[in-house]
Amino acid sequence: MSKYETIIGLEVHVQLKTATKLFCGCSTKFGAEANTHTCPVCLGLPGALPVLNKKAVNLAILTGLALKFKINEFARFDRKNYFYPDLPKGYQISQKDKPFCEHGKLEITIDGVKKEIGITRAHLEEDAGKLLHSGSSGQIGDAEESLVDLNRTCVPLLEIVSEPDLRSPAEAFEYLGALKSILQYIGVSDCDMEKGSLRCDANISLRPFGQKEFNPKVEIKNVNSFKNVKDALEYETARQTQCLDSGEKTFQETRLFSAEKGTTTAMRAKEESNDYRYFPEPDLVVNHITKEMIEEIKKTLVELPAVRRSRFVTAYGLPEYDAGVLTASKAFADYFEVCAGLNKNYKAISNLIMGDLMGFLKAAGKDISDSPVKPENLVKLVKLIDTNIISSKIAKVVFEDMFKESADPEDVVKAKGLVQITDEGAVGKIIDKVLLENPAIVAEYKSGKDKVIGNLVGKVMKESAGKASPGLVNKILKEKLSN
Amino acid sequence: MITREDVEHVAVLSQMKLKEQDYILFTKQLEEMLKFVEKLKEVNTDDIEPTASVIPLKNVVREDIMAASFDRDIALMNAPDKDFGHFKIPKIME
Repeated sequence: MSKYETIIGLEVHVQLKTATKLFCGCSTKFGAEANTHTCPVCLGLPGALPVLNKKAVNLAILTGLALKFKINEFARFDRKNYFYPDLPKGYQISQKDKPFCEHGKLEITIDGVKKEIGITRAHLEEDAGKLLHSGSSGQIGDAEESLVDLNRTCVPLLEIVSEPDLRSPAEAFEYLGALKSILQYIGVSDCDMEKGSLRCDANISLRPFGQKEFNPKVEIKNVNSFKNVKDALEYETARQTQCLDSGEKTFQETRLFSAEKGTTTAMRAKEESNDYRYFPEPDLVVNHITKEMIEEIKKTLVELPAVRRSRFVTAYGLPEYDAGVLTASKAFADYFEVCAGLNKNYKAISNLIMGDLMGFLKAAGKDISDSPVKPENLVKLVKLIDTNIISSKIAKVVFEDMFKESADPEDVVKAKGLVQITDEGAVGKIIDKVLLENPAIVAEYKSGKDKVIGNLVGKVMKESAGKASPGLVNKILKEKLSN
Repeated sequence: MITREDVEHVAVLSQMKLKEQDYILFTKQLEEMLKFVEKLKEVNTDDIEPTASVIPLKNVVREDIMAASFDRDIALMNAPDKDFGHFKIPKIME
């Protein structure tokens, strides 16, 4: 058991799902040719004036409602001043004292125990541009020159800052998953880390148990997946433990995570630049968020994952585990409910989705929205099993065809002759053959080793190419052996 | 009181390289600005709400509708250097 308590806070940037940028009408579409989505405003040309995107504000407030934030009646933008080549204006328009949302919270479940994580604030700000560094490493330190693409400047970001309430890398991982799930449910962001629409910086420090004040925090940047956030935090926990154990002091710094090495290294940049001289943005006016506006936005709020999860347990009688897995992604939960509308064997549907469908989709690198198995066909498969036309073992074979050929399970069963053998006489014949071929196992069973019956069942199933009804095989086999 | 260290700090933030005589000049000028602010502080503002903007407007927003962007050649027209449709800039990290 460690002597130290781990203190973690997360800063998550999500790109809001708008068609245009935060302060101008340029497109936010990902992957366009460099510098083709630019205009005087996002290039920072002199005299150009920003005008706030209403949709971005609405999405920020919608997020605020979903995460139980207090929505500030008056919200304002500020300039954050610093020089960097991806920031053409020399300042970023952000929010300091009056963000749209303050004091939110998010519930996570860790080892079966629920825990509430405070969220300090959520504020709107504009993104910066993208830099490409010359040289074979592509790293900034080795580059003689760099290229700048300003398509991304001014794209709307919501920065969601948690309280330092997380106590382990595992909790941080859970928090990120729960947050992403909610953001996707309410449709405010794609949360696609590969496209940069969700980014995460982590702050971490350790302190001896019982100590009230925090030690200086280390900020970890450059982390591009939730798994990497967890790995980076685990590495930092070990590194800082070693520091404290050897009597060294940790100090406030920014470190970069390397996914290949699994380590963090100190950034060389000077720390002096942390003086942003914020002041109110004079080119934008105050935002007065009225109760009526909030009520209007509230109407677009959908059922959130935690609520849906409980409903899956009560309405469909699913185990907590199934409900959690299915509702973690809105798309899977929607898929389940379409199926559940067609067939009432909810647990069987859940099993097929969680076992076969999720596995095949993952292996094929496909999204549920592109699933070759449509709910109608998945439900047909459930019916084929429930009516004893095929065994659940054969269902696995059928499912493979359903996935690979987008096939109708009824067609697969017909075409391949997979109908279950439920005729007692036919099953009995197969059993007789197996018993005749395996006198040793039969003798063992008769000497009292009941367990070997499993072996015989397996042989019968194999002999019938998986088509014999397992229930029937068990029944007849026992009858014949007791004679 | 503005010190030489203050001017050095501001110079770093502004990415400016100052000459020796600049430090003397700017220390004096910044000091004068602060004195002016001190003068303003004499005004009684007890009954005045903190003001971030004097523009008598609120909630000025636009709909999320696409507008024309620059042609890339125009966007890059005034760039000191360019390559592959990008702005090209010198070494960032010393």
